Amino acid sequence: MTIEERRKERLDRGIKVRTDGIYAIMSLRELSYLTMPRLVLIVGLLILPLVMPSMYWQRVISIVCIYSLLALSFDFLAHFLGLVSLGGAFFIGTGGYIAAIMNTYFGMPPLLTIPIATVVGAGICTLLLLPCLPLRGVYFAIVTLMYPLVLARIIEALNILGGTDGIYGVASFANRWIEQYFVILMVLLFLFGMRRLVNLDIGLVFRAVKDNDQAVRASGMNITFYKAIAVFIASGVGCLGGACLAHIYMWSGISQFALDFSIIPIAATVIGGAGTLVGPVLGCFILVPINELLRAFGTFRILIYSLILVAFIVFRSEGIMVYGQRKYHQFERWVKI
Amino acid sequence: MNNQPILQVQEVTKAFGGVIAVNGVSLDVNEGEILGIIGPNGSGKTTLINCITGFIKMTSGKIFFRGKDITGKPAHKIADMGITRTFQIMRPYYSLPCYKNLVIPLFSPRAKRTGGWRGGGKLGDRDTVSIDILEEIGFERDSFVPYKLASTLPTGYLKRLELARCLAVKPEIIICDEIFSGLSMSEIASMVPLIERLQMDGITLIMIEHRLRELFRVSNRILVLNFGEKVIEGTPEKIMADEKVKEVYFGSEEVEEVMSHA
Amino acid sequence: MDILIYGTINSIALAIMAMGFALVYGISRVPNFAHGALYVVCGFVTWSLLRGLGLNYLVSILLAMIITGVIGALIYQFVLIRVRGMAISEIIASYAIGLAILEGFRWWGFKGMTYTLPVFVEGSINIGDIPVDLHRVVIVGICAAVVAFLWLFTHYTRIGLALRGMAQDERAALMLGIDSDLMAVVAMAFGSMLAGLAAVLLLPLGNIVVEAGYNVLILAIAVCIVGGLGSWMGAVIAAFLIGFAQILTVVYWGAHYQMVVALLAIIFTLILKPSGLFGRQKELEERV
Repeated sequence: MTIEERRKERLDRGIKVRTDGIYAIMSLRELSYLTMPRLVLIVGLLILPLVMPSMYWQRVISIVCIYSLLALSFDFLAHFLGLVSLGGAFFIGTGGYIAAIMNTYFGMPPLLTIPIATVVGAGICTLLLLPCLPLRGVYFAIVTLMYPLVLARIIEALNILGGTDGIYGVASFANRWIEQYFVILMVLLFLFGMRRLVNLDIGLVFRAVKDNDQAVRASGMNITFYKAIAVFIASGVGCLGGACLAHIYMWSGISQFALDFSIIPIAATVIGGAGTLVGPVLGCFILVPINELLRAFGTFRILIYSLILVAFIVFRSEGIMVYGQRKYHQFERWVKI
Repeated sequence: MNNQPILQVQEVTKAFGGVIAVNGVSLDVNEGEILGIIGPNGSGKTTLINCITGFIKMTSGKIFFRGKDITGKPAHKIADMGITRTFQIMRPYYSLPCYKNLVIPLFSPRAKRTGGWRGGGKLGDRDTVSIDILEEIGFERDSFVPYKLASTLPTGYLKRLELARCLAVKPEIIICDEIFSGLSMSEIASMVPLIERLQMDGITLIMIEHRLRELFRVSNRILVLNFGEKVIEGTPEKIMADEKVKEVYFGSEEVEEVMSHA
Repeated sequence: MDILIYGTINSIALAIMAMGFALVYGISRVPNFAHGALYVVCGFVTWSLLRGLGLNYLVSILLAMIITGVIGALIYQFVLIRVRGMAISEIIASYAIGLAILEGFRWWGFKGMTYTLPVFVEGSINIGDIPVDLHRVVIVGICAAVVAFLWLFTHYTRIGLALRGMAQDERAALMLGIDSDLMAVVAMAFGSMLAGLAAVLLLPLGNIVVEAGYNVLILAIAVCIVGGLGSWMGAVIAAFLIGFAQILTVVYWGAHYQMVVALLAIIFTLILKPSGLFGRQKELEERV
């Protein structure tokens, strides 16, 4: 008696193969296969502020975008370089404080403070993280975990930079439309920008540093240097978020080093699909509104996120976007062995 | 071309705690020659290579490249000077296609300076240059092999890819760590002409090998290591005839019978 | 003189905090970011048993330590074991669990300064002419005993030797028939119990607050990094270095800088000698 065994086989869909490379312009159908998801994303994000029922929800969108920037930087570092950043709060805090200082002490408008905070913040963060870059990923995680906690304590103890109260009176954006569209544009810019970056030659070097750093060293490249570049980019994105946040809340303080900023990007990445860069953004769009709704429950929400995060990791769930991309590009069928 | 050896290794010692893996090994490598390093497993060959290329810090000793002291320099700086190596446990970038595997070394500062293999001084488009290099080592340009993922390639191709990775930065020295291992007789037979061509192009090669017959045919000089110490060095004929070498590999009994089958 | 005494006591406290973390990392190579959470768990459980159920203090302590050990073992068995080997996931998973526990306590109502544990012994003695709480003296004594016990355990019992074997080379241990998964669970249980021990020893000196969880985690990690991940001797010596540095800072600068010392210690170690005082070089990078 023969036992019939089957296995699942995954094949690229016909249309995916047809749209490889220049053949995509063969017909409208192939073109739309490629461009539709991206168009939906872009258009959706752009009309979002217009359809929001109240100012409260418009504010929520801005906050979601800031978390998305953080999640992008987390996903980029974790899955393309193997550096797990357990303290997104570090970037937000640095960017926020620099923007606040530029604005209140030096009187610069948001137009200037945001770029300055991004670049200077990225520089400071990279410098502070430099000692652990030549080492294994664990050390990076430890150091990024520590910095927000310790920096918050230093500020509190020394009572500098506004101490526990923080820096008040930071100017806000000209009006709420600029506020929302600016952060949405930033998210779109960095989302597509990073996707492009990881497929450039330097992006390949980043991925090689993660998978096979000895081979990269044997080719004469200094891995610490490339990790530093990546950290600069990622922390720049985070500091940008922090600077925007300072202008949105018109305030910058210790709670910017809070746990929310550390755990939500991680949870968003794991839920949304790690490695896709779109997944984390999607994850933020799911988690942050829930976060706002649950604010009344105090730190219960962090407990829930942590548990969901653990569940996702333990059950090796791929994440929404990874699943979605797989379904979109491939189909499955049973074949006889 | 002056007569100074291109690489001078002086009294290199490496101890891992109580275990002395390499014990005071000295050797000179002349420019343009193929030097074979042989010895039983555990004789310190790979450790010696790791010390020379900077992947491991030596306990003591000095290394000179073209007269310049390179002792203690980090691995990427040594590779940048032109001393490249392959790995005993192969390390291609498995998830990338073959030609992308070469794009990464072509991104290095040395490749930018020298233009890569056959670059003639200026580096063109990396994708094109990498396909050229692949063609040179035997992947036909018009076949689909260069575009296949490295994880799908058989061992023979992967070994060539390792060599290509070294070639991409226009090396002066290539150190091959057991590059014939895992290959069939015919695969080795087809790699030997490639090695000889590299020598004709001016590259100095140091080859650690266990496949003695093929190595003896290709190399100019042989060095024998045992328990981390240099036993003897000389031409292949001299080494083949030497009693001490046979003892190192086979123990002192029944040597004649085993050697006659080699 | 009082610097010497308080420095020693602080150092011993750091050492006992770090030992649990060092044990787990040394044996299963998993960085247990939930270490601080387990510390706090033991504290709150002891408090609940003592004040809530009215059990005898010693019984509460022992029970709490056992419960903490069991929780640690469960964490390993059900979560960490599935992500072993995947460095990114290990870190995220243990961090998330630690966070879940700590924030869970905070939400559940364990806020504020009202939770305290009584000291073991009231009163104080005079060493030289410095009054020292008897409780702190007791801490030093107990820690010394624990260290001695652990040394004996890992050198003379089968399980202890198996743990040491795993710490040195896991594959070799597997070949000798040592079940590495089981040993890792045992290590985690012991590590958690050590965290609990640190909690019951140190918490009577202050209040039980959730923030202590994060502080303990940072201090334990700092001690282990300075001493070298995976080295016991290094952890002890590092504890003394950091402990005295902290006390000196408190005396000459101010009490809030204590955590800064830990941070600076980590940074300096990573810059100057990344493997720590006694760590093994291979901990840093992949082998070739």
